Amino acid sequence: MSGKPILHYFNGRGRMECIRWLLAAAGVEFEEKFIEKPEDLDKLKNDGSLMFQQVPMVEIDGMKLVQTRAILNYIATKYNLYGKDIKERALIDMYSEGVADLGEMIMLFPLSPPAEKDAKLTLIREKTTNRYLPAFENVLKSHGQDYLVGNKLSRADIHLVELLYDVEELDPSLLANFPLLKALKARVSNLPTVKKFLQPGSQRKPPTDEKKIEEARKVFKF
Amino acid sequence: TAGKPKLHYFDARGRMEAILWLLAAAGVEFEEKLIESSEDLDKLRHDESLVFQQVPVVEIDGMNLVQTRAILNYIATKHDLYGKDMKERALIDMYTEGVADLGEMIMLLPLCPPDQKNAKLTLIRERTTNCYLPAFEKVLKSHGQDYLVGNKLSTDIHLVELLYYVEELDSSLLANFPLLKGLKTRVSNLPAMKRFLQPGSQRKPPGSEKSLEQARKIFKF
Repeated sequence: MSGKPILHYFNGRGRMECIRWLLAAAGVEFEEKFIEKPEDLDKLKNDGSLMFQQVPMVEIDGMKLVQTRAILNYIATKYNLYGKDIKERALIDMYSEGVADLGEMIMLFPLSPPAEKDAKLTLIREKTTNRYLPAFENVLKSHGQDYLVGNKLSRADIHLVELLYDVEELDPSLLANFPLLKALKARVSNLPTVKKFLQPGSQRKPPTDEKKIEEARKVFKF
Repeated sequence: TAGKPKLHYFDARGRMEAILWLLAAAGVEFEEKLIESSEDLDKLRHDESLVFQQVPVVEIDGMNLVQTRAILNYIATKHDLYGKDMKERALIDMYTEGVADLGEMIMLLPLCPPDQKNAKLTLIRERTTNCYLPAFEKVLKSHGQDYLVGNKLSTDIHLVELLYYVEELDSSLLANFPLLKGLKTRVSNLPAMKRFLQPGSQRKPPGSEKSLEQARKIFKF
């Protein structure tokens, strides 16, 4: 085939979207094979393509990689978005994991039972404004550089900017008091590869709505 | 004490234990500062040692590292337990994350509301016997080597730690996995691991009602 990575997932953001962002930012063209019904997922399981019977799965460089972090780590290393040495990697990992923690809360929010939704949203707002955004704003403030680590674009900036778009979709006022984060968002969004990805018609997936959740529930049976 | 990593956590396994195992396997001596009250945690937060106001935090090589995976990745890289190249790293990461998924389910079981506990335990047993253990047994079978990746010790440490927890839950769960049992024995017999597995080491015992109550007080949940 063409050598392009092939992404196996359903046609929604979920746990694959951060991988799409990273590949896109790295300027890597990729293909997607959408899982549209439970039978599609069963086929992948029966093929032995899924080590832990789960997606995301990415076919890349002769491997069938599962586990989001394994996939992201590989792509980041391959495309030089993982810092220049072990200490930069530690910072990048620390920041990426913080992004993932808040990102997980936001991703799972639509799945919370209706009775819990208000409390969950309040918690997300609180963590966003009091914990996560200040932490990243402080990093940028501490060195005054354009990017989080090593004065160079890394996966941490890409993951963070993706998160900032998600936060903005939730409530744009949450970004109000974070000028350095807003500048980072603008800066990264203007990189040619990211700019392309942010335009309509790209492989970026739209916000997850009720219909998408229903589709996910059917495919993944939960 | 100069130069030894310093681990800040409360006196239980939780999210720090995997780090203890890895440091121990690497033969690295470390110190622990135990958080015993919510005031201790507040102090760490005020000291601005915690980027996201959470523990684990490990003081190592001039950094205050938080986030379990960031800490583990750093230690593994530093001590040559992370494969020889990018592709070995990918396999190691894949296996480590699978271990973490099952490990997370087991770790959180004591926090489960009583009316959900049986269902959770059934799920854990099912995933252990039908998904995770077969996946790792298959890896070892596929190459017949002593370790999961590159014929050298790496994420085997995380898997063996998990096998001990599975055994604590129900020893019969390991019954049909001879290669995993072989790996568990082999890794346990490495001199550094042998020491760590003996009484009196820094290894933490299984959680108890008492440690759960302490966690609730300190972390306010």
